[in-house]
Amino acid sequence: MDLESLYQDIILDHYKNPRGRGLREPFEAEVHHVNPTCGDEISLRVHLDGDTVVDISYDGQGCSISQASASVLYEQMIGNSIAADLKTADAFLALMQGRGQVEPDEDVLGDAVAFAGVAKYPARVKCALLSWMAWKDAVAQSASGQAHKENS
Amino acid sequence: MTISSAALAGLLDVDTVAKDFPILSRTVRGGNRLVYLDSGATSQKPYQVLDAERAFYTRCNAAVHRGAHLLAEEATDAYEGARLTIANLLGAVPRELVFTKNATEAINLVSYAFSNATAKSAHGRALPHGAERFILAPGDEIVVTQMEHHANLVPWQEVCDKTGAVLRWLTVDDQGRLDLDHPEHGLDAVVSDRTRVVALTHQSNVLGTITPVQRIADAAHAVGAIVVLDSCQSVPHMPVDVTDLGVDFVAFSGHKMLGPSGIGVLWGSYELLESMPPFLSGGSMIETVHIDSSTFAAPPQRFEAGVPMAAQAIGLGAAVDYLTALRSLDGTNQGMAAVAAHEHALTSYALNRLSEIEGVRVIGPTDTHERGSAVSFVVDGIHAHDVGQVLDESGVEVRVGHHCAWPLHRRFGVAATTRATFYIYNGPSDVDALADAIVGAQKFFKVI
Repeated sequence: MDLESLYQDIILDHYKNPRGRGLREPFEAEVHHVNPTCGDEISLRVHLDGDTVVDISYDGQGCSISQASASVLYEQMIGNSIAADLKTADAFLALMQGRGQVEPDEDVLGDAVAFAGVAKYPARVKCALLSWMAWKDAVAQSASGQAHKENS
Repeated sequence: MTISSAALAGLLDVDTVAKDFPILSRTVRGGNRLVYLDSGATSQKPYQVLDAERAFYTRCNAAVHRGAHLLAEEATDAYEGARLTIANLLGAVPRELVFTKNATEAINLVSYAFSNATAKSAHGRALPHGAERFILAPGDEIVVTQMEHHANLVPWQEVCDKTGAVLRWLTVDDQGRLDLDHPEHGLDAVVSDRTRVVALTHQSNVLGTITPVQRIADAAHAVGAIVVLDSCQSVPHMPVDVTDLGVDFVAFSGHKMLGPSGIGVLWGSYELLESMPPFLSGGSMIETVHIDSSTFAAPPQRFEAGVPMAAQAIGLGAAVDYLTALRSLDGTNQGMAAVAAHEHALTSYALNRLSEIEGVRVIGPTDTHERGSAVSFVVDGIHAHDVGQVLDESGVEVRVGHHCAWPLHRRFGVAATTRATFYIYNGPSDVDALADAIVGAQKFFKVI
């Protein structure tokens, strides 16, 4: 049975006990992303201080995979430089799109390696990526917002 | 408790039927028997349909309605023969049937008649006799229902955006029935002399609810509105006679009724079809063509531009032949009546089995009165996607999500549901497999 490889204990734990959930102030950008095929949605805010990701806050509804991946994202990303986090996000994207052929690097991904099994279920990859894509979008928006402020 | 097939009156001989469907003998996810409960999305295909398509390509493939050679004659005869077969199923005459890509295209064919007639009229361009019924003005109203599939909602939103018409809707009550007597959102409040179109489903693809079409059509016709019926979930599942329904247009897909993908049907009263401007334009749909203008063929050819999907139409004709030849195990029903009786029995059994599972809530009517076989539900504490994943692991294939009826899901305050739909090849053991798998999901996610 592959269910255990999909729903690893780490994922179920993050689903039942989400870390960092709830929308908080301050933030530089807020985005709202949806998965139009199933209606899952997430609102996500990022708070940056210079080059550092200080906070990620989020709220949403969806399946265990989409909600757990937001919780893992929060835990994995805050306190790091934007550049390091973007690298992590790229590694996660590569893992998710790898159809189970990509060997995950735990040093880069941390708890996010638990999602390796999701890559074998193409219909669920979008669930796992929902919050990560929202995060990337929010970081891009806040970075361009900051650049705009510095230029004005 | 589980039940034997013999105890359910009205069933088809499922074991014999299933032998005609090669896909049902495959195994899934680690050798499990395939329990296909997603026919509401698309049905499986019997050999008879696959063979009809293959025979067309191996015997008489040619572009229909063009050319004078033998193959073209035979291909055209087969294509028009399929139109006759389908017309007979519906109590219609063949020239009232337009072949489309699917039901979505069939509904768009009607919705574009409104926006195209309105646009051409604004520029004083030629329109067919009687086309004024399709010309909309700002403030005109189009009425839909809260339970529509996006296919019978979004096209009407588009018409409103293009013409300035206003969209209104009938609401759904807590039991999943249209709330036609609601003081603010009921039939009397929503349908008025401003109403030009009433577009509704015959049977909800989520709730299973069969709508009171006649009552709504009567109210619409009393104010001169045109009634468009989405019959995707009715024509494949019950006897439907278009002359009894009292509506102006009926749209459905072939692939949900054993037919191939890529074929849908629009039925319309001939008088209305004649008064509509074209939808897609190009070859086949013309009468005369000059470099600066054209005139158009009579229906249905006016709406069948380009080389049509002949093999698919012929496949759908074979599917109709298959359905009309079915008989109940007890011999009391034949054809679509036998299909309806079979699904009625299974739905009743499924509603009973689901009601025995704590933490499962059906969204839609919980009795079988005016109800088809789409059974949608939520499982407390488990998102529909996760329910579907665990079910899939045991071979039970259901639909999860909003089933292209997002506003309806919002109405019930749920983001997603799990939906089981039944068809002629499903039996009581499939219902048992569903119920067992739901309990399995509850155990896996530790909600019981």
